Amino acid sequence: MKHARIRYENAVHEAVEHDGALRLADGRVVGFDAVDWLPPLAPTPRPRTILALGLNYADHAKELEFKAPEEPLVFVKGQSALIGHRQKTFRPAGVQFMHYECELAIVIGKTARHVKRDDAYDFIGGYTVANDYAIRDYLENWYRPNLRVKNRDTCTPIGPWLVDAKDVADPMALALRTTVNGQVTQQGNTRDMIFDAPFLIEYFSRFMTLSPGDLILTGTPDGVVDCQPGDEVVTEIEGIGALVNTIAAAA
Amino acid sequence: MSPPSSPSPSHFLPAGTVYGTLLNFRAEVEALAPQMSAPPYKAPPKAPVLYVKTANTWSPHGAAIPVPANVPEVEVGASIGMVVGADGDIEGFVPMNDLSVPHASFFRPPVKFKCLDGFLGIGPALRDAQEVDDPAAFRVEVRINGELQQTLDFSTLVRPARQLLAEVGEFMTLAHGDVLMLGCGAGRPLARVGDRIEISAPGFETLTNTLVAEETGAAA
Repeated sequence: MKHARIRYENAVHEAVEHDGALRLADGRVVGFDAVDWLPPLAPTPRPRTILALGLNYADHAKELEFKAPEEPLVFVKGQSALIGHRQKTFRPAGVQFMHYECELAIVIGKTARHVKRDDAYDFIGGYTVANDYAIRDYLENWYRPNLRVKNRDTCTPIGPWLVDAKDVADPMALALRTTVNGQVTQQGNTRDMIFDAPFLIEYFSRFMTLSPGDLILTGTPDGVVDCQPGDEVVTEIEGIGALVNTIAAAA
Repeated sequence: MSPPSSPSPSHFLPAGTVYGTLLNFRAEVEALAPQMSAPPYKAPPKAPVLYVKTANTWSPHGAAIPVPANVPEVEVGASIGMVVGADGDIEGFVPMNDLSVPHASFFRPPVKFKCLDGFLGIGPALRDAQEVDDPAAFRVEVRINGELQQTLDFSTLVRPARQLLAEVGEFMTLAHGDVLMLGCGAGRPLARVGDRIEISAPGFETLTNTLVAEETGAAA
């Protein structure tokens, strides 16, 4: 099933996809255009942990002139960076290079600690699409990628759907692509990840407990380009969803 | 295994994301200055250098903090956290014990060094910001097994509290309940299993945590 969280008539609702529309928990069916889309994640009792991978596709590492890492390059985001489908992301004035990153996001389904690779899929609740924007002008070599690049307000759209893990036959063989104003600029496949989903669950749960609702953004393949205010950026993953976002100039 | 201990209802734990700040004490910057222009850094940092202490790291006052068997010593990063209020201003201050697996390089984000279960002692209590004239007057002492190991003088910050809050706020909104630590100082002491760590400061209740050996990893 495909789950969404939306705001409709001034209230937040859980919803599921239903014949090309949204069926709210109270039974009403509303169109995709009638709602504001929120990140498709149920609230968590404590702030969710959001782990994000850098350089997790060999081609992207090469594009950025890095050799592929020997262990995951991971950084952490705060919840405030997340926004939903069909929202706006702000480009600061005067920057030269702001790019999208289409990423498969793993949503943890149950508490995971010391999980072995072979059991890892039991701990995944579902998947969604994340667009992990970066503003490269702000890169510094201190805890790189630093938060000024990766933890900006509005710079991590996520959604539209949380797709139940049982509905995704092989998450490690999904086509990804990004279009900017309808033109394909990025293409890849999750099979080309350096560190795949089971590896990541095992790796992180070795030293930290992952809780239901925590996220792992699994990195992006080759093909990132600069985006300007007005651009419509669609990051899409086969079977998971097409996440629409529009760049706006910062006020 | 679940995170190490359940919070006591009487002890403060954050509602939002906890951010730490590297290199916000002048002595810390001076100690690293000779390396700052060399690879991999190539230049001193311009913006505040931040990291996240994820919720699995939170240990309330009094909790035993588990140390994995492969970590012989942990670095004790005593700090004061600014707790953000509904209006984006500082609501209060809270002592913190930001533990790390010691690491010499600050080039990559320190997740595997700083986000271990229980690796952030917090509390015991929030001190209301209205009781604090100037955070630059904070003095923090770190004791391990009763012996004084480090003293922090918050008049020596690179970015004083309000400036740090403002500069971080330029690129990310700190939400109500988020916490931003003021920094951990130079010469951070090391501690090991069995040690009792106390972080005390005039005007604050003392934060105490004890390091214990992690129970070996039964599969979840």
